[in-house]
Amino acid sequence: MTHQVVSVKLYASIFVALLVLTITTVAVSKLDLGEFNFIAAMTIAVIKGTLVAAFFMDLRRATSLTKLIAAAGLFWLAILLALVMSDYGSRGFLPGVHWL
Amino acid sequence: MAESTVIHAVQEPELRHHFDDSAQQLHSATLGMWVFLITEVMFFGGMFGAYTVYRNVYPDAFASTSQFMNLTIGAINTAVLIFSSFTMVMAVRSAQLGQKKALIAFLVLTLILGCVFLTLKYVEYHEKWVDHHIPGPWFQYADARYFHQAQILFFLYFAMTGMHAIHMIVGAGMLVTVIVMAARNRFSSAWYTPVEMIGLYWHFVDIIWIFLFPLLYLVGHTK
Repeated sequence: MTHQVVSVKLYASIFVALLVLTITTVAVSKLDLGEFNFIAAMTIAVIKGTLVAAFFMDLRRATSLTKLIAAAGLFWLAILLALVMSDYGSRGFLPGVHWL
Repeated sequence: MAESTVIHAVQEPELRHHFDDSAQQLHSATLGMWVFLITEVMFFGGMFGAYTVYRNVYPDAFASTSQFMNLTIGAINTAVLIFSSFTMVMAVRSAQLGQKKALIAFLVLTLILGCVFLTLKYVEYHEKWVDHHIPGPWFQYADARYFHQAQILFFLYFAMTGMHAIHMIVGAGMLVTVIVMAARNRFSSAWYTPVEMIGLYWHFVDIIWIFLFPLLYLVGHTK
């Protein structure tokens, strides 16, 4: 109501983009790229999540305060993952992590 | 001031008296919904954290479980959820334009797609049941080396997809509510906040699945 109505075309293109990215992520998982498999899968997931949040949830036109709240959620999630992993890593529980 | 409140009530029946105008009321609702959604990020974040730790502690065991995940159903369900997000956003758009019939049609379509997702999830769970892939006394695993470690992954699989499915069921219940409200002419192009808020929730649940799908179905798929 406070915003202009978005065209069906834009929503449809986001929908198609999300489907294409889903097919891409499945196709990439069939290739053996070593560590890059995980990086590629997560990168595609982040792109898809961003598209849904920005266009379907209309975050791109939301107020700064709403954007700040959304960013704070991700920041806290990053703290959770980073501190948990650095704890386990520094205790030598993670076989793949040697640099901690 | 009392007079202006009365004028408000007549002109905009859905505007509560403690808000200055409809825009502020909508902003407040949107902000509140996002605060709720970040508590949901934290809720799922705990499980994503547990997954991250165990995936790094037992990388080989986790990779070996991928072959027992039904990639076809997982991929179809991803497409179904993305499609349902599209119909949801079209429902909000119809509400903005005051098109009641299209609003109800898109909401019903979203509800049907949600039910398709849950049905396919049931088929998948049943498969796990038949294959003894449910952690516990009856658990069986093809690779004896990973008997214990694979159970951790299957436990996380059921915890994460199960919590996601519960969110879908709650979302379906809320969709039924807004469908009934729409049928009773509760919404207009000036006020459709519940449709928009349930839309935010529905898209959020979609985003959770967007991350669950590669982590549970695609990791170690090539091995």
